[in-house]
Amino acid sequence: MEMKKSHIIAIVVIAACIGIIIVTAGDASTYVTFDQAYQMASTGNKTQIHVVGDLKKDDQGNIVGIEKSADNLSFSFILIDENQKEQKVYYNEPMPPDFTRSEKVVVIGSFQNNAFVANKILLKCPSKYQEEKLNASI
Amino acid sequence: MHYFIGDLGHLFVILSFVASLICAYAYWKAASVAGETKDQWLKNARVAFYAHSAAVLGVVFSLFTIIYKHYFEYHYAYSHSSLHLPGQYMISCFWEGQEGSFLLWIFWQALIGLILIKSQRQWEAPVMVVFGLVQAFLASMILGVVIPFLNIKLGSSPFILLRDAMDDPIFKLQPDFIPKDGSGLNPLLQNYWMVIHPPTLFLGFALTLVPFAFCIAGLWQKKYADWIKPALPWALLGGAILGLGILMGGYWAYETLNFGGYWNWDPVENAVYVPWLVLIASIHTMIIYKNNQTALKSAIILNIAVFVLILYSTFLTRSGILGDASVHSFTDLGLSGQLLIYMLFFTLAAIVLATIRWKEIPTTEKESSIYSREFWIFLGATTLCLMGFQVLLPTSIPVYNRLIEFFGGESNLAPPADQIGFYSKFQLWFGVLVALISGTGQFFWWKRMDKGTLLKELAYPALISLIVFAIIISLARVYEPVYLVVTLAGVYLIVSNLKVLASVTKVNASLSGGALAHIGVGMMLIGVMFSSGYSKVVSLNNTGMLISKDLPTEFNRDNLLLFINEPRTMAGYEIEYLGERVEPRNVNGYVSKNDIDLTMDPFKVVAKKDILFKGRKILNAKDTFEINPENTFYEIELRRNGEVTAILYPRVQINPAMGGFIASPDIKRNVTRDLYTHVSLPMNREEEPEWSEMEEIRTRINQQFFVNDYVAVLEGVTRITQIEGFELSDADVAVQAKIKVTGERDTYYAEPIFLIRDRSQVGRLPSEINDLGVKITLLNIHPDTNEFSLGLNTRQKDWVIIKAMEKPLINVLWLGTGVLMVGFSMAMVRRFKEFTRKAG
Repeated sequence: MEMKKSHIIAIVVIAACIGIIIVTAGDASTYVTFDQAYQMASTGNKTQIHVVGDLKKDDQGNIVGIEKSADNLSFSFILIDENQKEQKVYYNEPMPPDFTRSEKVVVIGSFQNNAFVANKILLKCPSKYQEEKLNASI
Repeated sequence: MHYFIGDLGHLFVILSFVASLICAYAYWKAASVAGETKDQWLKNARVAFYAHSAAVLGVVFSLFTIIYKHYFEYHYAYSHSSLHLPGQYMISCFWEGQEGSFLLWIFWQALIGLILIKSQRQWEAPVMVVFGLVQAFLASMILGVVIPFLNIKLGSSPFILLRDAMDDPIFKLQPDFIPKDGSGLNPLLQNYWMVIHPPTLFLGFALTLVPFAFCIAGLWQKKYADWIKPALPWALLGGAILGLGILMGGYWAYETLNFGGYWNWDPVENAVYVPWLVLIASIHTMIIYKNNQTALKSAIILNIAVFVLILYSTFLTRSGILGDASVHSFTDLGLSGQLLIYMLFFTLAAIVLATIRWKEIPTTEKESSIYSREFWIFLGATTLCLMGFQVLLPTSIPVYNRLIEFFGGESNLAPPADQIGFYSKFQLWFGVLVALISGTGQFFWWKRMDKGTLLKELAYPALISLIVFAIIISLARVYEPVYLVVTLAGVYLIVSNLKVLASVTKVNASLSGGALAHIGVGMMLIGVMFSSGYSKVVSLNNTGMLISKDLPTEFNRDNLLLFINEPRTMAGYEIEYLGERVEPRNVNGYVSKNDIDLTMDPFKVVAKKDILFKGRKILNAKDTFEINPENTFYEIELRRNGEVTAILYPRVQINPAMGGFIASPDIKRNVTRDLYTHVSLPMNREEEPEWSEMEEIRTRINQQFFVNDYVAVLEGVTRITQIEGFELSDADVAVQAKIKVTGERDTYYAEPIFLIRDRSQVGRLPSEINDLGVKITLLNIHPDTNEFSLGLNTRQKDWVIIKAMEKPLINVLWLGTGVLMVGFSMAMVRRFKEFTRKAG
């Protein structure tokens, strides 16, 4: 008996969906800590991961540990992850001017040897929508 | 305090909510009964909908009044507007906030509802039930009412007072406090795109309700197939407007927002892209049904899916669930519960209704032949759905995390790290598939064919496609296998549809909309492939520098450091940074910051001399003119073989209230490629520059000396009687030196002042030449030798860091967009005519 065309199409569609799900699951990144990221890299896993953290601050609340290259074209900073682990992160772009104002930083990248190299940085700045204080002249 | 207008607005919101509920109920009654009672209910329902629409207008009017009259005691006016906001952007403030954008959506749907009442007497009652319910849900989002006893706040009102929205101590001391100015509209949004993009997008959203409402009405009234005819033209209009809205967003992102490209696969972008794809698929299934009465069930499923996806996209972007995943989603207004109920209500209601009626929906046993047009259209629609599914799945990752957490689990899934790469690698192939299917499907336009005739029909277009393809790839030097396939598929789609276009136009030009739309898609495919696939960073700075000693890897640097007046080469151009500029508000052109004096009002400056722009005088010396102080433009000249080919003015906005630093690109547009340039890092003017140690020299009038390697001459020293900012008495003596310094491009004057107050106190006011990084102080006067002592300080010259990208053939994308829109419009006009002809 010949299979109906609609059945063939249905099978192909289902196969495509399963394929898409598998590849998406494989390509999805994860939120991890620096230790986990380091482990991944040392086992040869080159995938890019997300790490969420805070910038390192001194007792007065000033951000410390930012180093810019002489020509300002790249910079590095110290990020403290959820487990309070400090890690130097390198980023091959000029430092965004609002970088030091951000409350939380999400770095997307991976370890290369002992250094974490970020390919992308997401800044979580204090939202302008949820102002607590008025900044208008009184 | 202007309480009245806010109370009035709030009253209108409540009125519109209640009226839409009454309207839904009355139409429900009208749809369920017959005869005279039906007419009575219809009348009542219409009155309710008119009242609803009038109330919506009232809300719009009240909110606009608050913004336009600068009533900063209201949170909406304070946080979205300011006194200095130019008039045309007042309208953008209106929908910048979430409440306003809901309002815009409600407004469009009210308008569409009115049109439907007038034009669809036959369908009015059941369709308007759906409208009434949707309007009630949307109005509830801006209701801002606390339900008594339950203590649940329903909706977020745009009419709340600042003191109720903000917990500032000033309101304890001074409850009637009104700020003098608002915090302003996000500078990024101060352009015409923000004026036209949201209304277009929300009109698109609103239009998707129409086919959904018809579909539900059809299922409910057991007119399983009749709904397609009136719904189709609306679906086409929705497809065109929503598509236009999406593309406008892309163009806006490209031109102003500096996302680097027009499409970044951000969840917010995906959230409208997916419903649009499914909408296009649903349109195709509706066309199949009209042609041969198959695919009715698919059409019903897809019509429901489109609307549910619009609701899902609203939920994603407004509930705050995207959180870390998106760069530009709305913030959470605490509406997530309400949004979820809204989405689930219509999803479940539609599914339940469809399930109950499923068995009764007529189906045909006959299958479309492979050699029929319908088969290929169906294949195309299926591919579009898969295409949407592929985007929807990863976009929903934050939702999975939340769901797993809700059930007590833990999930650390993140979106793909390289979003653009990830989505492109799928969507590109889907694009190829769509092109091949819709290209081939066109050959079945007129008649059923068999293998033999098909091959004969295919031969010429295939041959022509191959020739065009060969020309394109040899001219554009495409070697990448994937891109070769994309180009060929795109060319094939265009050529085959051109053939159809040619034959259709001969018979009846009004039928050519479909072919045109497909040609547009083919052009877009090619445009996207080139502009994205062959986009390259041209500011590449391959110095092979190590980022750090810890890192053995060498990095290419994507950014270029430009010192003022020092040419570099880039992408075959000689590129030179010429300095910082401001833009007068009411005159076209740019003015050097060296040529203006600041005033007490940061928005007003005075021209030091006649200002020329492109050889034309735009301002006279001493003219006071308005500027936008947060904007700085960086003049960058591009030369080829010594001739100026373009002057770019990429912009930087510094606005601490809005998150600091915002860069917008400037684009050198050529027919074949765009050169896209933006500032990655400007100099920080707040930071005191590091000056060299002062060098002291003695010089005479008209004697040359060097400062920072520039030739300088002391031209004269004159006594002055007034100094800006100082009160000079008769006992004071002030002299000003005039020193000419010849820079690379310009001649500058430093005018340091030497001051003796009360015959004893010495004061010195140094003078700086920003562009040259020079500061000169008049240290002393030696009347005995006719000499003058000058102090010279130098610093690093002004600089800017830029990034530049080349986007080839991007104009093909924009052109394709236009063609697609024309095609859509023609198809829509045809289907509207078809509908009215049958109805009338």
